Amino acid sequence: MQLSDAVAVLGQFPVLAGANLTVQRGEIVLLQGPNGAGKTSLLRLFAGLLPLARGEGSVLGCDLRTNREAVRKRVGLLGHSNGLYTDLTVTENVRFWGATVGASDSEVDAAMQRMGLAQRLAKVPVSRLSAGQKRRTALACLVARRAELWLLDEPHAGLDAAGRDELDTTLREATGAGATIIVASHELERAGALATRLVEVVGGQIREYSAEKPDTPDTPETPDTPETPDTPDTPETPDTPETPETPETPDTPETPETPDTPVESGAAG
Amino acid sequence: MFRVVRLVAAKDLRIELRSRVVTNQVLPFAVIVMVMFAFALNTDEIVTRVAPGLVWLATLFSLLTLVQRSFGLETADGAMDAMRAAGVDPAGIFLGKALALAAQLAVLEAVLLALAVVLYSAKLHPGGVVLLVTTFLAATTGLALVGTLYGGLAAGVRGRETLLPLLLLPVVAPVLIGATRATEAALGTGGAVVADGWPWLGLLGVFVALFSVGGTLAFGPLIEE
Repeated sequence: MQLSDAVAVLGQFPVLAGANLTVQRGEIVLLQGPNGAGKTSLLRLFAGLLPLARGEGSVLGCDLRTNREAVRKRVGLLGHSNGLYTDLTVTENVRFWGATVGASDSEVDAAMQRMGLAQRLAKVPVSRLSAGQKRRTALACLVARRAELWLLDEPHAGLDAAGRDELDTTLREATGAGATIIVASHELERAGALATRLVEVVGGQIREYSAEKPDTPDTPETPDTPETPDTPDTPETPDTPETPETPETPDTPETPETPDTPVESGAAG
Repeated sequence: MFRVVRLVAAKDLRIELRSRVVTNQVLPFAVIVMVMFAFALNTDEIVTRVAPGLVWLATLFSLLTLVQRSFGLETADGAMDAMRAAGVDPAGIFLGKALALAAQLAVLEAVLLALAVVLYSAKLHPGGVVLLVTTFLAATTGLALVGTLYGGLAAGVRGRETLLPLLLLPVVAPVLIGATRATEAALGTGGAVVADGWPWLGLLGVFVALFSVGGTLAFGPLIEE
């Protein structure tokens, strides 16, 4: 995924004003920034929903200027709403979304199994689920849709502690299986622990803080996914560009080392 | 595209079977409208004369409720946005939703026609059955296509509940006129004969062709940002 001097407008308002960002496959990138900074717009641009007014951009090899419809089938966007039909059961929802890309019944079952929905919740109407269970159902729909790039807007919102842990495990597993994840979140402690890279969006522009994070002993491991790369405790989220002590953690061996000092509008990876 | 059509139509109909909004809310509403017409017009002679028009008016009012409901399902939890984001073929969404809407309208119209016979003393003639059935098929398809197109257009707009009737009713006027005249001819209302109805059926056919092609092409751009 690559953006170069990307400009996107909503009406007359430029929601992205010359954004530069490169994301490698398998990364979990955390977008942080104040409300209205352009995080959601950045996700929608990557999802092919927001047109690129100027600059260049590509996602999974598809040019965002000329072929953004092609991006959509390979990208899963989970925004503030879940995109579920409340009169249908969990299984019917996941089956519907899986069927839009031709997923087989076994793929749908596997997606539900992975999100812990295959047992007692399978036949429950979505209208009777808790917020966390709805979120898990929405994620199961993304899994069933075989999304290669997951774009998550405040994914932890509405989840209890157990639900958040489950979500984090799922996201680590997804990257282990080759997915790339970009998360916009205000919950820096939780999402920061998950991310392999932190990026700040300010006024429609991107400030990049770290390409990788340190591999420290207190890294919380996901017990049932030994192949998941270590991730450290929540790193200090630098609020100023001069935070030199933020070290980096190589999450994939092939990821080249990049400077650990914040890079304004820089392409990293 | 046909896979998406089948998926979307099946999903909408399954939701209806589960929620029973048509049977528990829209159908009683249409029945009440028919009864109110009978009260308002009072005289049997007048009611019998205008029965075809009243059936189609009640259908139009019910259509508004059905379209609101159909797109309410999609906007309640951002499903329409999710379908766009997932790259689901918009033409498939359009035709699938229109198909489900047509199925619901067909059930509704069958009940309304039966009510017209009971309440308004409308008479069915064997010679007019073919015209009557084809008129109902064509008008139902036309209403479903236009309803889906304008429902999609209004879905993302603030104040869509009040905007939809304003947009939809003028556009479906040709269906109301054509279907009413053709139904009058099929029922022999006011001295009309079956032959009088075929040109009106032709009008309905043109309307269906226009909105099936136009709607399929326009629905994608309409639901885009």
